[in-house]
Amino acid sequence: MSKNKIFIPCEEANHVCDKTQYKEATLWEKIKLNIHLAYCSACRKYTKNNTALTKLFKREKPQTLNVEAKEDLRSAFEKELANYKD
Amino acid sequence: MTIVFLKKETKIKSILATFEKNYYKMPNHKIDPNQWITLYSDYLFNYTVSRVSDREMAQDLVSETFLAGLKSMKNFKGEASERTWLISILKRKIIDYYRKINSNKGKAEVRMSYNSDSETEGDWLEERVADPFDKTAEDTIENTELSAAIQSCLGKLPEKQANVFEMKTILNYETEAICNELNITASNLWVIIHRARTAMASCLEKNWF
Repeated sequence: MSKNKIFIPCEEANHVCDKTQYKEATLWEKIKLNIHLAYCSACRKYTKNNTALTKLFKREKPQTLNVEAKEDLRSAFEKELANYKD
Repeated sequence: MTIVFLKKETKIKSILATFEKNYYKMPNHKIDPNQWITLYSDYLFNYTVSRVSDREMAQDLVSETFLAGLKSMKNFKGEASERTWLISILKRKIIDYYRKINSNKGKAEVRMSYNSDSETEGDWLEERVADPFDKTAEDTIENTELSAAIQSCLGKLPEKQANVFEMKTILNYETEAICNELNITASNLWVIIHRARTAMASCLEKNWF
C-alpha cells in the first residue's frame, strides 16, 4: 500500500471504516474513505450501518461480564453442579 | 378490494393454524444446566446491572441465581423457557437485595419535602411540570427489547468473534491489549471485528435500524 494513493479498494475502505468506529483512523485515512464513499454505494451502505451500530452501542451501553469474571462464575457453578449430578 | 381483503384473511388464518399446530407440537422446555453459563450469564448480568448499577453486586446476584436455579431444578415444569425461568429467580434475588440494603428503618422511610427553605417556596408548580427528558414507559420497554435483541445477536456470533467484539466495543479495551491477551496480530483483530460488525448489523438490521 503506497501512502499517497487517493483511490482505495473496498476492503481497505471497510477497514478504515471499522477503525473510525473506534476513533483509531488517521485524518488521511478518513479523507481517503470519504473519497471512496463518493463513488461506491456498497461501502456507503456499510458505513451507514456500521455507524448506526456504534451509535446503538453508545446509547444502550449493554454490559457483559469480562472473561475472568465469567471463568470465576463457571468454576463456582461447576463445583456446585458436581454435587447435583447423579 | 374485497377480494384482497379476503385473501389477507385466509392468509392470516393459515398462519394462525400453522402457529397453533406448532404450538401444540412444541415439546416441553428441557433444562440443561451445563449450558447455562455460556448461554445466559451475559443476558442475566446485563439485566441485573441495569437495576443494581454495581458490577460486583450484579455478578454476585447472577452467581446466586445460577446456584438457586440448580437447587430448584426439579421444580422446573417446562412451561417457560429456561431463560425466563432464570430471570424470574433473578428478579426475586434483586428484590431481596434491595430489601437487605433498606432493612434499617430510617433508610426505608421516604422523605418528601417540597419547600425546605423559604428560597424555593412557591416553586411547587414548577416541580410538578412533566420533564420532557424523563423516560416514558414506552422508552423503557423499547430499551429492554433492544438490549434483549443485542444480547441475542451477540449470542449468535461465533465465540471468538463475540469475545473480541465485546472486549473492543463494550469493555473498550485498547487494540494492543486485546492482541496481547488473545495472542493475535492487529490485522487479524480487525478482520474479526469486521466480521462481527457485519454479522451484528445484518442481525439487527431487520428490526432496529
